[in-house]
Amino acid sequence: MINVLTRYLTLFVLTLLVLAALSFSLAYLFPGDVLTNLTGLTPQNDMQREALARQYKLDQPYVVQFYHYLGQLLSGNWGHSFISGLPLREEIGIAMPATIELATYAMLIALIVGVPVGYYAGMRSYTPIDHTINSVSLFSYSFPVFWLALLFILVFSLELGIAPLSGRVSLLFDIPDATGFILLDILLAEDIDKGLALSDALHHMALPTLAIAIITTAAMIRMTRRSVIDVLGRPYITAARSRGLSRWQIFSRHIVRNALLPILPLMAIQITTLITNAMIVETLFSWPGIGNWLIQAIYQRDYPALRVGMLAVSTLVITLTILVDLFNRLIDPSREKYERATV
Amino acid sequence: MQPGIVRRWVVMLTTALCVVACSERPQDPFYESGIIYCSESNPVNFNPQLDTSGTTADATSHQVYGRLLDFAADSGRIVPSLASSWKVSADGLTYTFQLRKGVSFHTTDYFTPSRPFNADDVLFSINRWRLPTHPYHGVSGGRYPYFESLGLAENIAAVNRVNGYRIEIILNRRDSSFLANLATDFSIILSAEYAQHLQNMGTPERIDHYPIGTGPYKFNSYRKDHFIRYQRHDEHWQNQPSAARLIYDITPKSSLRLAKLITGECDAIAFPAQTELDIIRERENLLLAEKPGLNIGFWAFNTQRPPFDNPDVRRALAFAIDKNTLLEAVYFGSASRAKTLLPAASWAYQGDADDTAYNPVLARKLLDDAGIEPGFTMTIWAMPVERAYNPNAAKMAELIQRYLADVGIRATIVSYDWTTFRRHLREGLHDSVLIGWSADNGDPDNFYRPLLSCGAIPSGTNRAMWCNEDYDELLNEALQTEDIVRRKAIYQQVNRLLYERLPLVPLAHAYRYRAYRDELDGMLINPYGGVRFGGVTKAL
Repeated sequence: MINVLTRYLTLFVLTLLVLAALSFSLAYLFPGDVLTNLTGLTPQNDMQREALARQYKLDQPYVVQFYHYLGQLLSGNWGHSFISGLPLREEIGIAMPATIELATYAMLIALIVGVPVGYYAGMRSYTPIDHTINSVSLFSYSFPVFWLALLFILVFSLELGIAPLSGRVSLLFDIPDATGFILLDILLAEDIDKGLALSDALHHMALPTLAIAIITTAAMIRMTRRSVIDVLGRPYITAARSRGLSRWQIFSRHIVRNALLPILPLMAIQITTLITNAMIVETLFSWPGIGNWLIQAIYQRDYPALRVGMLAVSTLVITLTILVDLFNRLIDPSREKYERATV
Repeated sequence: MQPGIVRRWVVMLTTALCVVACSERPQDPFYESGIIYCSESNPVNFNPQLDTSGTTADATSHQVYGRLLDFAADSGRIVPSLASSWKVSADGLTYTFQLRKGVSFHTTDYFTPSRPFNADDVLFSINRWRLPTHPYHGVSGGRYPYFESLGLAENIAAVNRVNGYRIEIILNRRDSSFLANLATDFSIILSAEYAQHLQNMGTPERIDHYPIGTGPYKFNSYRKDHFIRYQRHDEHWQNQPSAARLIYDITPKSSLRLAKLITGECDAIAFPAQTELDIIRERENLLLAEKPGLNIGFWAFNTQRPPFDNPDVRRALAFAIDKNTLLEAVYFGSASRAKTLLPAASWAYQGDADDTAYNPVLARKLLDDAGIEPGFTMTIWAMPVERAYNPNAAKMAELIQRYLADVGIRATIVSYDWTTFRRHLREGLHDSVLIGWSADNGDPDNFYRPLLSCGAIPSGTNRAMWCNEDYDELLNEALQTEDIVRRKAIYQQVNRLLYERLPLVPLAHAYRYRAYRDELDGMLINPYGGVRFGGVTKAL
């Protein structure tokens, strides 16, 4: 077990190192002044420039600079945004939870809806109802998320007027950023009607969450169904049947858990898609998350923000992927080395 | 598997989702307590003395601050505000203002005033931009563009405190526009006590970022690119019914502003695009208010390149195009035809100025006389960005291209990305260009000087690269006099000169718009200044 943990930890650290190196090299690859790209500050005179360059060890070889850069990253000094002048750590600290929140709710919906429907379709495989579920899920899986979100806005916001199209909660509620997760922040806020604010936030959340969830749900349904069909073909199911177990007994005792095992690693892959989709949907719904923030940074040529933003997003994705994978190993130690390549 | 379980599942889930998504949008009375205004951009700071941009003025002037005088929103007349009455001496040099009593400054979590508004606050506010030696003059950059462009500081000899509620201002020369200048968005009254407090704390620059004023709303918080929050100032002297909260939702994309207006996420929006106006007009619950813009869209010739150095050629080209068609096709009727550089909103506007008319036969004749053979080729540069003064330069260029083809000129359309485009323009690589100008204030000098004076060629605002000594002399002469009538007469001479020489063809003055939902009550559109939310309430 310790071996496995060490291996994952090494993998994690090494990947992060490579990413940090990439992010560091961006400061040189982006147009403009390296010092400005690295710090987000524009020195007003030569003296300031020298002082900053010395502070960031720019006069030293690249390796030393990189080592120093790592130190800065770890100590939370990520530089400043070109445009707003605020520390990037603070900005990402506000934007990242918003994305995680959106992705989490979408994932929850996908799990709550997708897995049971997948089991159901799998149990009824090759019947008309299975074919229906299968084709509907294939249909929704092939929606481009961008288009789906626009369609939602057009129908539900502009035509029917039942859901707002921008932001996380009406600006009339003065909710301080405590955790960055809007539902938690509402619960922590003072002097507001919490019930009303929660209902308002849920209204804001409905469309973007659904837009992402529909695609992930479709993926979940298809994966679960496939897995259940595979399990149904195993000899132990035939054996159970011959022992006279009822359909329900077979399902609850043999199928549920066995079908779940192959799904988990596939879910790890879905996380990447999910976060990408969340970032796309954010820009359409003006959701103040990291995707929206990065797009703004691209528009405004905010190179320091792009440098750190890229690192933050990839760190998030890698951490989640490795965690899910580690979890898979823990609950199913029988899986062999070659499967680690899924990371 | 038991189908019952599945069915229960489906029912539960649909119910749960419907509770969230299918219910009507909330109509709680809470939503009437605040107004959300979707503004177009971030204010530079919270003191309009320091900045002439409309965004800063919209965000602060009429919300946070008060002025000695105000323009009445309906008639545009000057009416009392923080000054309850005023008197002008017979020689026109001494202005005495009686100040209103019992006007309170904002109490916020960062400052609690101990006294109401009095003469000291007026002295502080005026002396800050007037006197370079004033302790606050250099705070936040020390530039006061509005007052500088009018030369107001030089004209004020003294500002005296007569008693706690009476001040007098003594001018060096008569200035008939002086009262109007005190009523503009920029002549706001700051709190002297707050300034003193900040100075004691050693943070004077906070005065322009954490504002304290006497306006109907007090500052609460600001997050760049996201929002500004204001709260009602309950002790406001006018005691109008205003909404308890005012929020600026900063939304740079005009299509998104419109979408939010339709869904009710904004109660009012700034500057919808010309193409979106019909959508607003079609909807019964949306109202559109029009505001003449201080801008000009024009077609400039590069007068340093032959044959465009010949005024007759320029006149011929001007006669070849039909301005009205261009206005219809590009501005969708949301602009007025430009005869001179000045829009009608400016006091020096000349209604009877000469204008070129569409006359392709005359155009061809003038071209023949100037020795321009049919088949002559030239370039029309079309700016790549959308601006109020020209929302679609490329389309306009295509129309002009067809008009020019009618008189035997082959025009090619040139465009680059915006940065390159402006650099090449400065280098003078163009034959002609479709571009424009938005003025910082209504003073005519703000149009004539940057657009066509010799000095503006190196600074890159003179797109015609035109330099004429008579023209520059007239402009300087106009600034020498304070007499509005004299100045007007001089600008008429300038217009005449421009009509004869035609370094550029004025095309359009675009209107600027604001749209709001009919739930807002008390919304008055102030044609000569920033948006006002004092006295506006909301009823769903």
